[in-house]
Amino acid sequence: MNVRILKDRTAKGLMLTMTVVAILMVVAIAIGLYLKSRPVLESQSLSSLLFGSQWKPLKGQFGFLPFLMGTVWVTLLAIAFALPISLLTAIFITEYARPMVKRFVFPVLDILAALPSVIYGVWGILVVVPWISKHVAPHFVDFSTGYTVLAAGIVLGIMVLPLLVSLFIEVFSSVPAELREASLSLGATQWQTALRVVVRRSLSGILASSVLAVSRAMGETIAVLMVCGCVVGMPHGLLDACYPIPALIANNYGEMLSIPLYESALMFAALILFVVVLIFNLLSRIVLYRIEKQNE
Amino acid sequence: MNNKKNKVTVGKRVKEFIAKSLMWISMAIVFVLVVSVLWTIFSKGIKAMSWDMVSKLPGGGFYIGKEGGFLNAIVGSLMIVGASTLLGLLVSVPVVFFLNVYLTKGSRLAYVARLAFDVLFGVPSIVYGAFGFTVMIWFGLRTSLLGGIIVITLLIIPIFIRTMDEASRNFPTGILDACLSLGATRWETLKVVVRQIAPGIATATLLSVGRAIGDAASVMFTAGYTDSIPTSLSQPAATLPLAVFFQLSSPIPEVVDRAYAAALVLTAIVLLLSIAGRFITAQFSRNKVS
Repeated sequence: MNVRILKDRTAKGLMLTMTVVAILMVVAIAIGLYLKSRPVLESQSLSSLLFGSQWKPLKGQFGFLPFLMGTVWVTLLAIAFALPISLLTAIFITEYARPMVKRFVFPVLDILAALPSVIYGVWGILVVVPWISKHVAPHFVDFSTGYTVLAAGIVLGIMVLPLLVSLFIEVFSSVPAELREASLSLGATQWQTALRVVVRRSLSGILASSVLAVSRAMGETIAVLMVCGCVVGMPHGLLDACYPIPALIANNYGEMLSIPLYESALMFAALILFVVVLIFNLLSRIVLYRIEKQNE
Repeated sequence: MNNKKNKVTVGKRVKEFIAKSLMWISMAIVFVLVVSVLWTIFSKGIKAMSWDMVSKLPGGGFYIGKEGGFLNAIVGSLMIVGASTLLGLLVSVPVVFFLNVYLTKGSRLAYVARLAFDVLFGVPSIVYGAFGFTVMIWFGLRTSLLGGIIVITLLIIPIFIRTMDEASRNFPTGILDACLSLGATRWETLKVVVRQIAPGIATATLLSVGRAIGDAASVMFTAGYTDSIPTSLSQPAATLPLAVFFQLSSPIPEVVDRAYAAALVLTAIVLLLSIAGRFITAQFSRNKVS
């Protein structure tokens, strides 16, 4: 008897430790990246790092603004592209579709979610980039290689589609069926019900899901790196090349040890990414948890 | 009066029609995108595909278009993914069990833990790569198989935990109560719980394997790249996504073709995993008590 209780206690203690250690990973990542980025933080003020646009590693000048702007452009474009499609798809699946249709749609979304980043990159290079350089860019500029903000935004938009759709489906399913029935019985059409009851009630969930998708899009590396053009400079339009932060880190890891402060600067870039993603994730998850709780 | 009423219904119908068409269009866009991605990879990859590609190591002059294949990348990927999946399971099964059996529903710790794992799930793989790199330097490690395994393990633990946790959420408390009332300790309910959430564990494993095998950004820093198959943990290891990535940037057409072949192999593996996941969920959730 005692042995069994002892076993139970030991197991509990061990598992508690494992859980706490796993939670502390968040803190460990933050501290590790901060320690590594301290040299560059000491050499320059935070504001000149974040808002400076001079990127000259050899002279020790690290202004992240062009990269930050690259990330912002690409991410916003991706969300602008993915949001309407995923909203409509999710509404269709939860409000209109028969079980038969769902059986086709879910595996397709699964595939979309499962494909690795590098595959999207290959597809972007083979399909999106030539399309932009041959069919889109000639209407606006003299010449474009196609490796642009637009290409990165489209590829990224497709990558966050499955995440958005599955989050939206969850949010919409948490709207009580009685509300829909009440609306329909008052003579509202299905679309009116979907828009004015389901979507309106889910607004906070939609917002939270979008924020989550933004943070996912921000950190996507390889696919974006392959189609964004990787030119250091401020992007001024959709047909400019850009250089988002993850691409910067991934592209320069080889040479970062040979130039002083360069490694530290890249770790600072990772820290920025981590902090922003952390805040976005915390906020949106807390909102989504609330919605889930209402549902129960 | 009657006329006015008719107009309203017509307006409603038109709106309904427009909305429906828009929804069909967005569904169509999703389908077309999936088909386009798969077709592009397949049609490009199949041309460059040959038995040599998947069965030979890169020979001399491989990167200027001569003999060889990318077996090194396939084996490297499998090594990293296999080891980190095992490690990941070892860590995450106890954590999920603890969250669901030892802690009560309203527990503060459970809430914080779930939040933390959701946040970790959202951390970009490039950040894991950078963090893993700093840790490796700390311990004096160079880019190696071990480094890759550690980082991929860190990357997939949150996926494991969140997916399994999701599966055990619907776990009927009645079963647990029955076990406890028969005098079992919480630890001893493990057998029952694991059997109940087995399909969840299987799906989580497939999902994590899929994510682990396709991730390039994190292994870039930590596992490095090499032309041979690593024979010890301290040697660098090649991975499939990086094989695609590096060969694609080559100016030589034959090498680029090989990138497509590697992409095809990677896609095929990931698709198989995804289909298997669906199958398992469909097959085994029937036997579940709930």
